[in-house]
This record gives sequence, structure tokens and C-alpha cells, in this order.
Amino acid sequence: MEFHNEPLLAFIVLAPLVGAAILGLIGKNLGERLIGVIACSTVAVSALLSIYVFINHRVQLEQGHKFYNYLFTWIRVGSFRADTSLLLDSLSAIYILFITFVAFWIHVFATGYMRGDPGYWRFFAYMNLFMFSMLTLVLGDNFLMMFVGWEGVGLCSYLLIGYYFTKDFANDAAKKAFIVNRIGDFGFVLGVMLLFLQAGSIFYFDDPARGIHGAFNWVLSQHADPLNMSAIFSGGITTIGVLLFVGATGKSAQLPLYVWLPDAMAGPTPVSALIHAATMVTAGVYMVARASSIYTHAPAAMVIIAFIGAATALFAATIGLAQWDIKKVLAYSTISQLGYMFLACGVGAFGAGIFHVFTHAFFKALLFLGAGSVIIGMHHEQDMRRMGGLKKYMRVTCLTMLAGWLAISGFPLFSGFFSKDEILFRTFTSPVLPAPWSKILWFVAAVTALLTAIYMTRLIVLTFWGGERFKEAGAAHSSGHPAEGDAHSVTPHESPAAMVLPLVVLAAGAVLVGFLGIPDVLSFGKTSNYFEHLIAPSVHEASGHMNEGHSGGIELEDQHGVELSLMLTSTVVALVGLGLGWFWFKRNPLWKPPRLLEDKYYVDELYDGTVVQPIKAGSTNVLWKFIDVRIIDGAVNGAGQIASLFGTSLRYVQSGLARSYVAVLVLGALLIIGYFVIR
Amino acid sequence: MQAEKALFIVFAVIAVASALNILLQRNPLYSALSLIGTLLALSALYVMLRGQFIAALQIVVYAGAIMVLFVFVIMLLNQPKDQPQIEKQKGLRYLAIPLAGLMIAEMFYVLRPIHLSTLPADQSVGTTWSIGTALFTDYLLPFEVTSVLILMAVVGAMVLARREGD
Amino acid sequence: MVPLSWYLGLSALLFTIGAVGVFIKRNAITIFLCIELMLNAVNLSFVSLSGFFGDVGGQLFVFIVMTVAAAEAAVGLAIIISIFRNRESLNVDEVDSLKL
Repeated sequence: MEFHNEPLLAFIVLAPLVGAAILGLIGKNLGERLIGVIACSTVAVSALLSIYVFINHRVQLEQGHKFYNYLFTWIRVGSFRADTSLLLDSLSAIYILFITFVAFWIHVFATGYMRGDPGYWRFFAYMNLFMFSMLTLVLGDNFLMMFVGWEGVGLCSYLLIGYYFTKDFANDAAKKAFIVNRIGDFGFVLGVMLLFLQAGSIFYFDDPARGIHGAFNWVLSQHADPLNMSAIFSGGITTIGVLLFVGATGKSAQLPLYVWLPDAMAGPTPVSALIHAATMVTAGVYMVARASSIYTHAPAAMVIIAFIGAATALFAATIGLAQWDIKKVLAYSTISQLGYMFLACGVGAFGAGIFHVFTHAFFKALLFLGAGSVIIGMHHEQDMRRMGGLKKYMRVTCLTMLAGWLAISGFPLFSGFFSKDEILFRTFTSPVLPAPWSKILWFVAAVTALLTAIYMTRLIVLTFWGGERFKEAGAAHSSGHPAEGDAHSVTPHESPAAMVLPLVVLAAGAVLVGFLGIPDVLSFGKTSNYFEHLIAPSVHEASGHMNEGHSGGIELEDQHGVELSLMLTSTVVALVGLGLGWFWFKRNPLWKPPRLLEDKYYVDELYDGTVVQPIKAGSTNVLWKFIDVRIIDGAVNGAGQIASLFGTSLRYVQSGLARSYVAVLVLGALLIIGYFVIR
Repeated sequence: MQAEKALFIVFAVIAVASALNILLQRNPLYSALSLIGTLLALSALYVMLRGQFIAALQIVVYAGAIMVLFVFVIMLLNQPKDQPQIEKQKGLRYLAIPLAGLMIAEMFYVLRPIHLSTLPADQSVGTTWSIGTALFTDYLLPFEVTSVLILMAVVGAMVLARREGD
Repeated sequence: MVPLSWYLGLSALLFTIGAVGVFIKRNAITIFLCIELMLNAVNLSFVSLSGFFGDVGGQLFVFIVMTVAAAEAAVGLAIIISIFRNRESLNVDEVDSLKL
């Protein structure tokens, strides 16, 4: 492993910060055009630099070399050291490439979407700040830098979700996001602290030039923890892995901390696209992949991750089937797809998980931006019951959304097909899980794929096909209330070029990027899976020796056969889902889903009752009314009252009579002199 | 020796008795006269202590000027004696004896170790000549400052005691 | 020879009488007289010590004290006169406007 220096890394991270500073300080006085140019160009700078750096070092990155950019030593206390320094290896290179690329197009889209909004400058300042935080998270070379970025994206998420701060539900959603994230962050911080305690360092890798040792190097020198329950609580590597994953469940919206993501749709749609589809929510997956060496030494943690990932994927897919708001469907879809990514990491296929992150960024951003285009075209209507037949009015949006739809459903040869299929294959053949479980989880993932195809088809059919329900809604409204101006009765229109162009670009990406990761089996040995090859040196994949005697691993020659048959199965599943969705929802688009699903399994209500209300009651009755009012205020007021009590009683000394003053004077003098005399 | 002690006791008794009389008289005029008595007794004691000049000064200035001033003011503020006297904090009256006792006890306790009993041989201490020399050489500054003080007192007394419109 | 301690004891006695008198009596002028008594007691102390140690400074100090007592008596009596003009009474217990 060789180490090199790459000073351009700092510029990649800092360009958006400059943009955020300019817009934050003087953005109020600039015109919309200039603001948009500044915001997009800083991201473009980051994107171009990322591409340049990648092309420059491509060969070395493939071989596993790492590039540092050391800025300064931030903290040095005792044996604890944390630097402000950046690391580029193949994992972070992949991330910065797709993050900056997708973010650039989302920024361009947003210049059109947010037009006319009075807080235009504020929006883009926050977006650039977010980019800075995300790049810090990805490029940091130690856990503290990652945490700085982690918190920074959480902050920007809060600021952007609550962008329409005059609306109560937006503020509530922003608070919910931040607080739930915080709960996860608690686990994350504990995990980092425990890692420092065990490994003596929070840096990822060794760097002899700076004299630091890497935590992962220490981990690799340890024996793997056994696969049992006690390993989770033993304070060793498994505990670290579990704690870090708690942070990931918060940031990447897995069970049980996913509840903030659907509410986060209260923010503007570009925010949902950027933060809650392509970048921030994938930070958890990045963290797990980065810490892959920890996880491969902690099989119990990996089992937990795999189960939670699979469960979340299925759970969220069932809810997504029952939502009427177009953005909520996509939100639950994101949660479900994130579940896939964690499932991949949990079964030891970190590369496959990252590949799905990569493809998902493109098609999910595309879907969200397309939804944004629809919403604008429908004059801020988000309920699919009032849409329909839009393919006639919004051609380009419709076409690009179709690309995204096919990608996410796993239609053969679109990007989602390759990444999802890889995950399913690796789950089925996982060496980490005990034998029957790997097949069971594969089955769960396959069912989820079916549901994904179904609900996405539902979304497409309800939005673009069928009767033009918005006209009925408009007619009903205007006949009932002739005096009201009615937005619904206006004809929907296609969005302007600024919004449509990114859709086209991302659609192209959604279709094509999958080919970067063609599995070996399909290419018949001609080109190996480039993506896997690129990322391999940066992640520590699960070996076949994880689970003595319980291996689900199969010999290599059989693997091709298994992979092909699984690929065929998932193709069938996708086509069945697409077909089922098409015919069912074409016929009755307004099919009423079961109450349970529509009400999201009452999870929010459950949390409210078991966690929120008790905390509120405790805070009000114990902390506020008792401790604050009685004890603390009592002490403070009591001090005042004691002082005034003293005053009232001592008042009588000052009687105004010279005689008593003299008497006291004499007495006092006698006492003092007496003291000295006696001594 | 004995004569000296006898003289001392005589004058001491006169002084103490006059002092007590100040407290015992109701009429302030009688109190003032008692004080004059004390001053005279003290003057005699000064003579015994080789403070001739001071003794003379005491009679001329203190008893002759200051006390006369007191008597003038008492007679100016002609107070009828039979007005009901308002007394607040009657308890102070009972504090007198204990406080006096405590004070005397403390002072006598301090004085016990003092055994000096002979006057030094030099008899020129209290003479006019020695006081005058010291006053105008070593103690010139207090002398000058005191004259300023008297000036202030004169001005102050005039300002404070005049009637409105004077 | 009369010991020094006798003179100082007499001085202490006179001082005590003066001090007690200050807070026993209610007539303003009488209080003033008692203050003068205290000053004289201290004068006696000074003179006796000056005599026994042969230092003229003690007597000089008495000189100064007498001067100050004169000045103080003048001003003090002026104040008493002006208070009397306002209140028609020399009772110090009636002059308690500064009480809380």
C-alpha cells in the first residue's frame, strides 16, 4: 500500500463552502440568475476536479493506492490525535464522482424549481453548505472528520427540510429529522470512542509520513469475534460495529429510526432528491463500507445489519404501496432500497452495496426530480389521486420517469437490474449467514423486488396514464365554489429547460451506469466487473472462512450456474411485478389499500405514545414543574428572600439614635481590644 | 513621697467626683460647672507631672474659653427644666454599669504590668522654652495645620449658627 | 512617688465616666460635655507619659488636642444651636430622622 499526496482534494471540499459563504453573506442582494450561477458553478468545480483527480490517478486507485491531503493537526491530546486531512482511495473516489455529478444536475434543476421563491439565496447557500459537509464526510481520513461531515449533513438536512419555515409541518419535520438522527449519532459516537479505546487511533489507515497508526490496521491484526450474542455486548469489535451501525440506522433511515424520512418530504423537492435520495442517506452505507474490516471481524454485527436491511426493505415496500402522495411513495422507496444496500453489506458484499448506492443515486434522483417536475407542472399538486393522463402534457418528464421506473424495478439491462441482482446473488450465496437464513433473506429481498416493481408501476400509471382526474377535481371545485380561483383546473404544462435537462442527463445515467458493473458471468469472461474491480482494494470483503461449518458458500464452478439462474429469477420477478402493476392499476387506479399500510403500521403513533409523550410528560412534570420551578427557582428566590429577611431584621439596628450607635461603638471597641488583650 | 501621693489622691478624688457629678445633674449648667471643676483638678495634676505650661494653658484656654463658650450657649438656649423628656430605647440605661465595669476592667488589666514610678532627672520638659522650641521646629507642620483648622472652625461656626436672612 | 499606673488608671476612670455619660444623657449639650471629659482624660494620659519618659512630644500633642477641642466645640455648639432653632428641643432622642 503506497501513500501519495494530492493537494487538489482540499479544493474539492472547499469549493462549495466558498459558494455557501458568498451566498450566505451577500446572497440577499444578488439576483436569482447570479445566485444560481454561483451555486451551480461551485458544485461544477468540485465535480470537474473530482473527475480530473480520478482520471489522473485511476490506475493507482485500482491498485489500492491511497492519496492524502494533510491540512493541519486539529487535536492532539495525550495519545488522541485527529487531523484535518483528506483521503482519496477507490471508495471515496467513486463517492465524490457520483455525488458531485448528481448534485450538479440537481442544483441546475433547482434553479428552475425554486424560481420566484423569496429565499432563493438561502436555499442555495444551504445546498452548497450541504455539499461541503457531504464531501468532508466522504473524504475525511479519520472518524472525527467523518463525524464532522455527518453532523454537518444532519444540520443542512434540518435547515433544508425546514426551508419553508412558515409552515408548521415543515418545522416539525425538520425537528423530527434532526432529533432522530441525533439518537443514531449517539450510537455512532459511542462506537468511535470504543474504537479509540480498543485500537488507540481513530484514523482509518496507517500513514508513516505523519506517524499515525490506523484503526483498521489494528482491527485486521485481531482475530474475528465469534458469531454469538455475547460478542455484541463484550465491548470488542462486534460492539463497535453494532454501535456504528446504530448511527447508520439514524442517518440512512433503517428500522427503527427511519421515521424522519417520509416527513422530510416537507422540504422542496430538489432537497429530497439530493439529500434524501442520492447523498446524505447513503452516508450510512459509506460508513459501513469504509469500516468493512471491522464488520468482517464481527459476524454478529453483520448478521444484525443483514436482517435489519432486509426487514426494512420489505417493510418500507409494503408501506410505499399504500401511499397517495407521490413524494411519500418515493421516500418509502428510498428506505426500501437503502435496506437493500445494508443487506448487501451485511452479507459481506460491500462492493455490491456500494454499486447499488451508485446506481440508486442516479435513478432515485431522477425519479425525485421528475416528481418535482410533475408537481410544478400540476401547480404544486402532490396527491396522485388528482393526477392522471399526464403523458400527454409532460412528454419529456414522462419519458425520463419511465427510464427511472424501469431502472428501479430491475428491468433487464437497466442499471438497477445489475446492482439489485448482484445483491440478491450475494445474499443467496453468503458465507456470513447460517445456511437456511441466506436463502430466507434472499426470498425476502426477492419479494421486496416484486413489491418495488408493483408500487413503482402504480406511481407511473396513476401519474401519467388513465383518466385526467385533475380535471374532475377542478370541475368539482369550481362548481362548488365559483368564487374561488382554482389551481387544479389549469392545464398542466411541461417544465422549463433548466428543469428538463437534468432529467435527461440523469435518465441517461440511470440507463447506462449499470454497465460499469456487469458481472463476470454475463460478459463471458471478456470484461470483468469493472466496478467490483475498482472498489475491491478499499473494502474488505467477507471471505469464505467466516463461519466454520455454517457456510452458505458454494464452490466457484457452481457459482456461475447459480448466478445465472438467480438472474433469470429476478428478471421474471421484475416482469411479473411490472405486469401485475400495469394491469391492476390501469383498471382501478384508485384502489384503496389496506388501512394498516396506508397508516404506515401506526409506527409514528407508537413512537409518539411510548417515547415522545412520556418524555414530554416527564419534562413537564418532573424537570420543569418540580426541578426547575421548585428546586432551582426556589433556591434562587430563596436566596433573595433570605437576603431580604436579613435586611428586614437588621433594619432595626439603624434606629437613628446617636446614643445607641455610641453604645454599640464602645461595646465593639471593647470586644476587639479585649480580644487582643486576652491574646 | 507621701505628700505627693496624698496630693495626688486629693486631686484625683476631686476630679472623679466632679466627673460623676456631670452625670448626676439634670441641669446642664451644673454639669458644665462640674466639668470646670474636673479641669481644674486635672490642671493641678499636670503641674505634678512637670507639665506647667500645659497646666496653665488648660486653665486659660480650656476652662477659661471653651467652658465659657459652653455656658454662654447653655444660657442662650434657655430651656425650661420641666418638659417631659422623650426617651427612646430605655434599655440603654441599664447598659451603662456593665459597660463601665467592662471598660474599667479591661483598662486596668492592661495597666497591671506597668511599674514605672520615678520621674526622670531632667526637669526642663514642661517648660515654656522646651515646648516652644519643639513647636516651632519638630512640630511645625501640625502647628500650621491646626491654625488652618481653627480658621475653618470659625467660618463653620458662623455659617451654621446664623439665622435665615442674616 | 506616684507610679505611672495610678495616673493612667485615673485617666481610664475619667474616660469611662465620659463614655458612659455619652450614651446615658439625652441633653445634647451634656453629651458634648462628656465628650470633652473624655478628651481631657486622654490629655492626662499624654501628659503623664510625657513626664515619665521626658519626651516633650506628649505635651505638645496635648497642646494640639486642646486646639482641636476648641475648634470642635465651636462648630458643635453651632450645630446644636441650629438644631435647637428647628426643633425647639435639645433632646437627641428626637433627632432620629435617619432611621430606617
